[in-house]
Amino acid sequence: MMHTHTLSVLVEDKPGVLARVSGLFSRRGFNIISLAVGPTEQEGISRMTIVVAVEDLPLEQVTKQLNKLVNVIKIVELDPVASVQRELLLVKVRADAAIRSQVLEAAELFRAKVVDVAPEALTIEATGTVDKLAALLRILEPYGIREMVKSGLVAVGRGPRSITAAAVR
Amino acid sequence: MTTATSRSGATGPRPAPPPGRPGDRARTDGVRTDVPGPRIGPEPMTGAKSLVRSLEEIGCEVVFGIPGGTILPAYDPLLDSTRVRHVLVRHEQGAGHAATGYAQATGRVGVCMATSGPGATNLVTPIADAYMDSIPMVAITGQQSRPLIGTDAFQEADITGITMPVTKHNMLVTEATEIPRAIAEAFHLASTGRPGPVLVDIPKDVLQEQTTFTWPPELNLPGYRPTTRPHGKQIREAAKLMTSAQRPVLYVGGGVLKAEASPELLELAELTDIPVVTTLMARGAFPDSHPQHVGMPGMHGTVSAVAALQEADLLVALGSRFDDRVTGKLSSFAPHAAVVHADIDPAEISKNRRADVPIVGDCKEVIVDLLEAVRAEREDGTADLTAWWTRLNHLRETFPLGYDWPDDGALSPQYVIERIGAIAGPDAVYAAGVGQHQMWAAQFVKYEKPRSWLNSGGLGTMGFAVPAAMGAKMARPDDVVWCIDGDGCFQMTNQELATCAIENIPIKVAIINNGNLGMVRQWQNLFYKERYSNTDLGTHKHRIPDFKLLAEAMGCVGLRAESKDEVDKVIRQAMEINDRPVVIDFTVGADAQVWPMVAAGTSNDEVMSARGIRPLFEGDELAADVAEVDAVTERALEHNDQAGE
Repeated sequence: MMHTHTLSVLVEDKPGVLARVSGLFSRRGFNIISLAVGPTEQEGISRMTIVVAVEDLPLEQVTKQLNKLVNVIKIVELDPVASVQRELLLVKVRADAAIRSQVLEAAELFRAKVVDVAPEALTIEATGTVDKLAALLRILEPYGIREMVKSGLVAVGRGPRSITAAAVR
Repeated sequence: MTTATSRSGATGPRPAPPPGRPGDRARTDGVRTDVPGPRIGPEPMTGAKSLVRSLEEIGCEVVFGIPGGTILPAYDPLLDSTRVRHVLVRHEQGAGHAATGYAQATGRVGVCMATSGPGATNLVTPIADAYMDSIPMVAITGQQSRPLIGTDAFQEADITGITMPVTKHNMLVTEATEIPRAIAEAFHLASTGRPGPVLVDIPKDVLQEQTTFTWPPELNLPGYRPTTRPHGKQIREAAKLMTSAQRPVLYVGGGVLKAEASPELLELAELTDIPVVTTLMARGAFPDSHPQHVGMPGMHGTVSAVAALQEADLLVALGSRFDDRVTGKLSSFAPHAAVVHADIDPAEISKNRRADVPIVGDCKEVIVDLLEAVRAEREDGTADLTAWWTRLNHLRETFPLGYDWPDDGALSPQYVIERIGAIAGPDAVYAAGVGQHQMWAAQFVKYEKPRSWLNSGGLGTMGFAVPAAMGAKMARPDDVVWCIDGDGCFQMTNQELATCAIENIPIKVAIINNGNLGMVRQWQNLFYKERYSNTDLGTHKHRIPDFKLLAEAMGCVGLRAESKDEVDKVIRQAMEINDRPVVIDFTVGADAQVWPMVAAGTSNDEVMSARGIRPLFEGDELAADVAEVDAVTERALEHNDQAGE
């Protein structure tokens, strides 16, 4: 049974780390659904949020292989229930004067913001879970989507505990 | 017999460890930040000098390599080093395999060096080889100067990118001050945890830069924490199973050799009376002569060893990795066995076969803890293994390793290898290439000691033997080193004989010359209707090359044996020659095959002790049944078509 899993991976901020991680996934035959990387509260440490679709046993294998990468410090699988998971979407929708108000209304329903306006199109910014953004896109689809870009999922565990590099030292 | 004019003779450099260094103590503990000895520096010097000083301080005795444009700065201070000896090889692949031979023969880190671009890419094969066989190796490559990186400059290759999937780790050094730390980290990573190759790529301008050298450097590896101490609860679980199992087997892999755990393994085996099988990578980890040794398992393992795994109710896997060449068809491998799997690499555990009792730890520590736990468990009694031993002894007696002499009166390759093993004895080191001769060398040489058998197990690299033997001889100059090679393999890397002759590294090479790519030919015979596509090398038909003349041209002694009565004579002759390398062309029959065999993709239950004889297969009579064999080969063929070899 294939499931999507969200892995939060702390890595050293060094050249080539992204290539090492992504290369490992492709080499071992795993598909990355999304990968987002950025700095953390600790200098020199980056966090990757990787979403993969994989069966449970291979997931264990890929986690172990990831752990073997020297620049990888820590890996935690984030349970969707016990974590906050968000994605950012920028979508350019066809919206001439005739339908603009309908598009704006749809955006409003999803608490999305209009960040750019042109005579024939609107650019909408939305954040939310994967499901919410998919729903928004379904609504906008009939108007005509000109272009869209997603940040990839980022996630953080709920509650006071944190995943830090120091905790493992 | 000829003598190389350029040889330096008796006064030439001897491959001996420098004074003041322990010659045979393996440095498996790697490098720590608190290395004893004086603190050095800061001393001003170039990056290149800092590199050589780092190699000296880390205890590197030998570097195998070839200079070139970008690594040139490093070769200048290397000329003055009295602690690091550089061996100028003829091809970078030779440097890499020599480093592996050095490492396999001693447990110390093997070091090779090459220039950027083609020099570095020529190291890729030995690096991949070392990765598959978990060899502690450090490869140092020159790189184009920093401003030129990424511009497709002359002899530029992204070697860190290229070797990313085949190294334990690699790094591009961008500041000269980082050189000591990079070298110390490389040695630490290569030699600790699960050993492996580490590549350090250094741009030319970093080598030329002025810097300061300080030793010891501080390692900065926050993500690297190998687990060596096994978990007590898991050890107790394992011990329980080991004392209660009716048909247990110790399935021993190369990890036992790497952990230097042979004495402890012997103690554990004798305490428990459990049968032992040693994989291709573990030959010598347990004495062949020991009554509890039931052989090598796997595609060309003994019937008793294959049967032991198949019929076992408990496998205690120690530093082995359930490789497909051992398990055969995975779904039918050891179907009745519970699995205790101990390995220092957590990713190996349950990778191929689910472990019931996973143990992450260094094999030595695991076995030491197991000894104690098993002793405690045995106080409550232990299972009776008499029936199990009766079964295995029966198989051992019924299906011993053996071979037939070729019908056409040609020399038997197995006989040649058996005689080399018998005459050179268990104190010698044996390095093999890949193919039939490798399997025969694993079968017919009797290994009694760790680190006496060197081969390319995982990657299966033809051409491994000559340079690996060279590296082993450098590491252990007082031991006899035999390179058992095939005529195909030998033609891939024999240029290193020139290195051996000039650098005074007197290895002994036995070419098991059957005129063909023998293992491929065997598969063509069995699985491709005897259609011998591109496997005849012409080394018989045309005697091209003439190996005896080739050897002499390389400054070695060239000998030849073509009949049984010559075999002992030439081997003894070779044993007497210690001032230069010896090459013996053993012209052997082309049709000899490696048996037993588990055809690729088939079940271990279908192991054939000889063509058509499947001792473990239900309902099979011992007599040959051609239809059955065809069915097996058919299945193997289908598998090959689907999955490739």
